Amino acid sequence: MNPLAEPNKWERLLWPMLASALLLVLWHYAVLWSGTKVLPSPLQVERGMLELLYKNVLWQDIGSSLRRVAIGFGAATALGIPLGLILGWYPAANQIVNPVMQILRPISPIAWIPVAIILFGVGDNAAVFLIFLGAFFPIVVACVNGVSNVPLFYRRAGRNFGLMPAQLLTRVVFPAALPQIIIGLRMALGIAWLVVVAAEMVAVDSGLGYLVIDARNSGKRYDLVVAAMITIGVVGLALDSGFRRLEAIKSIRWGFGK
Amino acid sequence: MSSGEVIISPPHMVGTKLQVENLNVIFTRDGKSTAVLQDINLEVSEGEFVCLVGPSGCGKSTLLNTLGGFLSPTSGTVSIDGEVVRGPDPRRIFVFQERGVFPWLTVEGNIGFGLFKLAHSERQVRIAHYVKMVGLGGFEDAYPSELSGGMKQRLEVARALAVNPDMLYLDEPFGALDSITRHTMRGELLRIWETERKTIVFVTHDIDEAVQLADRVVVMSARPAVIQQIVKIDIPHPRDISSPRYLELRDGILQQIGLAHKI
Amino acid sequence: MDDDHALDYVVDAVGKSKLECARIASKRQHQVKNAKRERKNILNLLVRLRPIAFIAVLLIAWQAAVSRHPVHTLPSPWGVVGGIADLLRHGLLFKYVVASLFRVTWGFGLATIIGIPLGLIVGWNRRSEMAINPLVQVFRPISPLAWIPLAILWFGVGDSAAIFLIFLGCFFPLLLTAINAVKNIPSVYVNAGRNFGLRPPDLVYRVLYPAVVPQLLIGLRITLGIAWLVVVAAEMIAVDSGLGFLIVDARNAGNRYDLVVAGMVMIGLIGLLLDTAMRSLETVKSFRWAYSED
Repeated sequence: MNPLAEPNKWERLLWPMLASALLLVLWHYAVLWSGTKVLPSPLQVERGMLELLYKNVLWQDIGSSLRRVAIGFGAATALGIPLGLILGWYPAANQIVNPVMQILRPISPIAWIPVAIILFGVGDNAAVFLIFLGAFFPIVVACVNGVSNVPLFYRRAGRNFGLMPAQLLTRVVFPAALPQIIIGLRMALGIAWLVVVAAEMVAVDSGLGYLVIDARNSGKRYDLVVAAMITIGVVGLALDSGFRRLEAIKSIRWGFGK
Repeated sequence: MSSGEVIISPPHMVGTKLQVENLNVIFTRDGKSTAVLQDINLEVSEGEFVCLVGPSGCGKSTLLNTLGGFLSPTSGTVSIDGEVVRGPDPRRIFVFQERGVFPWLTVEGNIGFGLFKLAHSERQVRIAHYVKMVGLGGFEDAYPSELSGGMKQRLEVARALAVNPDMLYLDEPFGALDSITRHTMRGELLRIWETERKTIVFVTHDIDEAVQLADRVVVMSARPAVIQQIVKIDIPHPRDISSPRYLELRDGILQQIGLAHKI
Repeated sequence: MDDDHALDYVVDAVGKSKLECARIASKRQHQVKNAKRERKNILNLLVRLRPIAFIAVLLIAWQAAVSRHPVHTLPSPWGVVGGIADLLRHGLLFKYVVASLFRVTWGFGLATIIGIPLGLIVGWNRRSEMAINPLVQVFRPISPLAWIPLAILWFGVGDSAAIFLIFLGCFFPLLLTAINAVKNIPSVYVNAGRNFGLRPPDLVYRVLYPAVVPQLLIGLRITLGIAWLVVVAAEMIAVDSGLGFLIVDARNAGNRYDLVVAGMVMIGLIGLLLDTAMRSLETVKSFRWAYSED
């Protein structure tokens, strides 16, 4: 545990690049030597990716998926945060509502598809509803936990200064709970990204999930399948990193967090 | 001692336990170097109680970690009993702030942690002995989460003593305790030290604590840390903390560190 | 009159003796206390029943909504109960639940056995963690369902494909959990272990493992929840048994939406059961130390 052994900053780029390069090389030679038909090689995938970009398909699909995520996640945030704050603030309310949530939460959003189609018809709305479902519960839970973890002396200080309950909630409790809420939002966004891809594989005909299914169904283009998968991974990672940046700004500003 | 044989003492002084020679520790990170310890020379005799004091962040803990073998010096040597220190060793046990006790073991489990080389019955005897010595009787089956800060600290001391080390290193062990508990713990530590005369190196930023406990106080400067002064505390235990000699020594160290007298 | 009778006479005359008064007073006190306790118990019971009342309100609202709009597709709560009874009668419920649990066990189990030790090893060294982490971060946002074409290509339609998907869904979160758990071990513990002369194998067994178990348990519980979500989705697409399949099948073969919702309810209940079971592990005495620490 010698601080002299602490890795340098540039190593943070070096090792992952080495690991990725190793992975690509192994992948390439595994395909080459086994002569297998069931896995495209990296080069094929790269060509497939360029093909998608050239045909403009990729950007359109990324856009569709992001749009659905934005609406579903946005709705989940708009409804989930207020509900979560109230449930966190009034433990009695939480006690009443919690069991219902605990039963609904383990039901995969995909399992809601038949019901969603009844309620919203086939298409975008159903997909957005699924994303909403996937993101809603984590957001509420994060808000409840965030509020209940606000130290008592913050609330007391607020009351000391004569704040009414509504003001207390917005001016003391919400900012104090915000770091935890934002972490919950980030996780919910990750879930939303997983759900949108799954939903698009089943219920709509555009987006990255649909691209995965379509590439296979119309021509067994597994190179495109893998290209789409990689895109899904990269965009998902970008969403997550972007959100983490947000966390860093706010956390530093409030002096919270690690 | 027979027919004219001359006993030549080994190169280091008789009774010297710890010898630090020309110790330098420099941290390098991303091309930047920070000198933390500079030209440290120190000798600690067997059974001595030495305190390291200095302003926060000056490098006392770094020095202690180097003495314990957790850090390698950039240059210079640390030797114990003539042997160069190369890594951590059960003969010199660290006592951290109470965060060092293992939370998944009971009091008994913690104290017995280092005793894996002993037979079961002997281990039990040792554990019981040290439980009693630090005053944790009745809490043998308690987990650290059920103990107070002072009790956790005592547990850690017991765990350290149980393996019968030659030296104890204590890194601000009482820092997280309230001042009343700190007083009590100091007394306890001295009592234990007088029973089992280990060589102790004790790091603290509390000058009163150092003057109350130590045989010698090593005053260190701010980073890069050098030894500014070594003060010998010639008051016998138990020390009267309002005696003129005590105040004289303490004020002397305060002045050395450059602290104002009146707030 | 002899003395005893005289005493009785006096006692009667006074009305009641002090002792008798004391006895009656304490009896009254007890009655009041009991009444208070009974009231408290009833209140406690009512409080406990509140969530159930809430569920009842929701169910009634649901029933009302369905009967007002006789959309022949969305079932009423009663219809759902009938659906569950139907499934039980045909023995399908049990069969499907077992199928889903079977796949979860295999997928989750494999992911645990491979992912956790791997994560512990990778997380121990800063550089290996730096190398692996970004790769994991790219794979993790890829929904397991997006692997379906490859899974079917490699395993065909059936159990193995589903298990593979569940494995994927669990592997990356468990790997990350293990990596973070190792990273978060306070260095004091490791230093203390080395100080007492522990050789690396002992260090792993006596310091590393106890220190990471609590975090691992939490990660295992969350990942089990993920596994349950994935199995249902996978069954809707790639296999022909299990609760997920039930949902798709019930709808495709006859628009039996009562069975659809019955399946959803069962999914929710079993998922909750799994989560509760994992939580109870966290209360086991030897692990409780981590969760009671401030």
